[in-house]
Amino acid sequence: MLVENHQGVLARISGLFSGRGYNLDSITVGITTDPSVSRITLACIGDDAVVEQIKKQLNRLIDVIKVNDLTGVPALHRELLLLKVSARGRQRGEIFQVADVFEAQVMDVGHDAMTLELTGTPEKIDDFVALLLPYGIVEIARSGVVSMERSRKSKE
Amino acid sequence: MKLTGAQLLVEALKAEGVDLIFGFPGGVVIPIFDALYGERAIRLVLVRHEQGAVHAADGYARSTGKVGVCLVTSGPGATNTVTGLATANFDSVPLVVLTGQVSRNMIGNDAFQEADIVGISRSVTKHNYLVADRKDLGRVLREAFYIARSGRPGPVLVDVPKDVLTEASADPLPESVSIRGYNPVYRGHPLQIRKAAQALAKAKKPVFYIGGGLNISGAAEAFRAVIAKVNVPTVWSLMGISVLPSDHPRGLGMIGMHGTFAANMAVQDCDLLFAVGTRFDDRATGDLTKFAPHAAVIHVDIDPASISRNVAVEVPIVGDARLVLEDLLPHLQTPAIDDWISQTEEWKRTHPLVEVEGRGRLSPTAVVRAISEAFPDAIVTTEVGQNQMWAALYYTFRQPRSFLTSGGLGTMGYGFPAAIGAQLGNPGRRVIDIAGDGSIQMNIQELATAVTERLPVIVAILNNGYLGMVRQWQEVFFKRRYSGVCLERNAGCPPDCAEPNGDCPPYVPDFVKLAQAYGAVGIRIERDAEIAPALAEARKVTDRPVFLDFQIDREANVWPMVPAGAGIHEMMNA
Repeated sequence: MLVENHQGVLARISGLFSGRGYNLDSITVGITTDPSVSRITLACIGDDAVVEQIKKQLNRLIDVIKVNDLTGVPALHRELLLLKVSARGRQRGEIFQVADVFEAQVMDVGHDAMTLELTGTPEKIDDFVALLLPYGIVEIARSGVVSMERSRKSKE
Repeated sequence: MKLTGAQLLVEALKAEGVDLIFGFPGGVVIPIFDALYGERAIRLVLVRHEQGAVHAADGYARSTGKVGVCLVTSGPGATNTVTGLATANFDSVPLVVLTGQVSRNMIGNDAFQEADIVGISRSVTKHNYLVADRKDLGRVLREAFYIARSGRPGPVLVDVPKDVLTEASADPLPESVSIRGYNPVYRGHPLQIRKAAQALAKAKKPVFYIGGGLNISGAAEAFRAVIAKVNVPTVWSLMGISVLPSDHPRGLGMIGMHGTFAANMAVQDCDLLFAVGTRFDDRATGDLTKFAPHAAVIHVDIDPASISRNVAVEVPIVGDARLVLEDLLPHLQTPAIDDWISQTEEWKRTHPLVEVEGRGRLSPTAVVRAISEAFPDAIVTTEVGQNQMWAALYYTFRQPRSFLTSGGLGTMGYGFPAAIGAQLGNPGRRVIDIAGDGSIQMNIQELATAVTERLPVIVAILNNGYLGMVRQWQEVFFKRRYSGVCLERNAGCPPDCAEPNGDCPPYVPDFVKLAQAYGAVGIRIERDAEIAPALAEARKVTDRPVFLDFQIDREANVWPMVPAGAGIHEMMNA
């Protein structure tokens, strides 16, 4: 969704979810090339009726300019992961291999831990984290998903 | 020319056609009060509690259709408006509430009388603003009024820091307003409207279900024209009362938890429910899984979020009630429903409203009927609970916007200040607050406002010495365990008393003496024969409020009643 870049808009939207008991999985916000407009990506869970109601409630907010429902629509979904995992000696090699397969970057190596960066779909990140869980996760930071509709492929 | 923020604010109010403000001062808003000093174009009414200011602005707005305006200070002044804001928000009332705020460099520092009122009021306002820059003040005020009165109306709060009020600048007041994220739809889709007309023409058992949206949109005349043409039985929600005259031949009454037998049965039996300006609130629908089981639903509402929210809708129409009804009229055909009309008439005849007995004290329903007969053109406000239900059911209304009640939030203490606001907005009409003895005490301090502003508001207290509606629930569902509801008890009473007609302490306060202490008129009525003379006395008073203390039966109940979890056809004591 596109919203006015006013103070308190994010508070208003998260307040809407908490106040009405809707399930908010993740929320990301960032500026666009228009300094007066911010872009918010919300991931929420609910059946059709609930999602319909959520969209209507969001549209009703004065600061919300446009709501785009990307459920079931061809779209790109991306999330950023920073993961600090326990790693000593031989383990480092194993972890490098997993990172290779996923095309994750090793951003930092320390005496007994290393930090990896991965950008991908939330599902890809889920899988990556699951594979590294046995080594011991020291810290995990996920950004939440940002999404964008894919372009039409043919002329019509 | 340079104006301070306070001066620009006053100019903005005048440009919006405001001639009345309800307010209470404080440190940070003195600049505005100073700009209003001696101002002839705007009347400032000083209340005695900020909650009273918001309810008064609310009563003014509901009864006139104009935007109600309040002015309060920061901190506790602002937080005292929250209940009033929530009341207005729930019932879609156009208000602009101006709160002062500490200077910008003090915000967030736990300053004296600082409150994050924008954060606190976010969920109970249609929108709110903190004016962080003097150059935004003009635009924000214009937007606030526009948002308050347009689309589905609602309260807008504008928080203005003190140093913005004192800062001078030459920024003019904008002429127009444009908000890209806000574009209410007023005209219904023509195809949908035609579809609705067709469905109505073919229906065998149609019912119109009208709500507050028709009062808000000024659609009473349009609806009366529709009914005159199609002659379809009509039910209303609490908020839809007075759109049709209460005794209209096709009127079946209020539906819901305390709705009439005929209204509830008609909805449960109908094959087409044509709903306009209502949101299918739980007090009206009862258990949703049992609601209108045979009906296709047409739903006209200005708020898309209300449509298909609680009830599945076959023909949704987003639009303003009056405009949609006007567009609908030419396409209407009278359905062939003589048998259905006979059925609804029979329900009315065989199950009229219960006339509650007085059993040695007064009957509350007889009192309300007497007031209705004595003051047929009054604007009636209510408090909440049994008083509210008796007023809704037993008063006969003839003009729209005549019944002002806190329907959505159910705020005790609403009626008296709302009556004050309604009286100021309608000086030529009689205004009556039908109250309970519990509710009236919640904003009793506004007696001072009514007396000093010389307002002949009549307060009819249905005094049963209980918080009546809760007591009724305790009687019906909790085996008369009257816990925490008796207003006559004192510290000497046993903790588990259910003897309302025993040896009770005298009632505190003596409402007659209390009214007189404020300089108002007070009359106590204990017997039937005293009702008419008391009302005649009240009518003669034209420059101060009148408190009528009606001593009603302590265990009088409101019937019919639909228990929680039941369908609206499962009424008790219909």
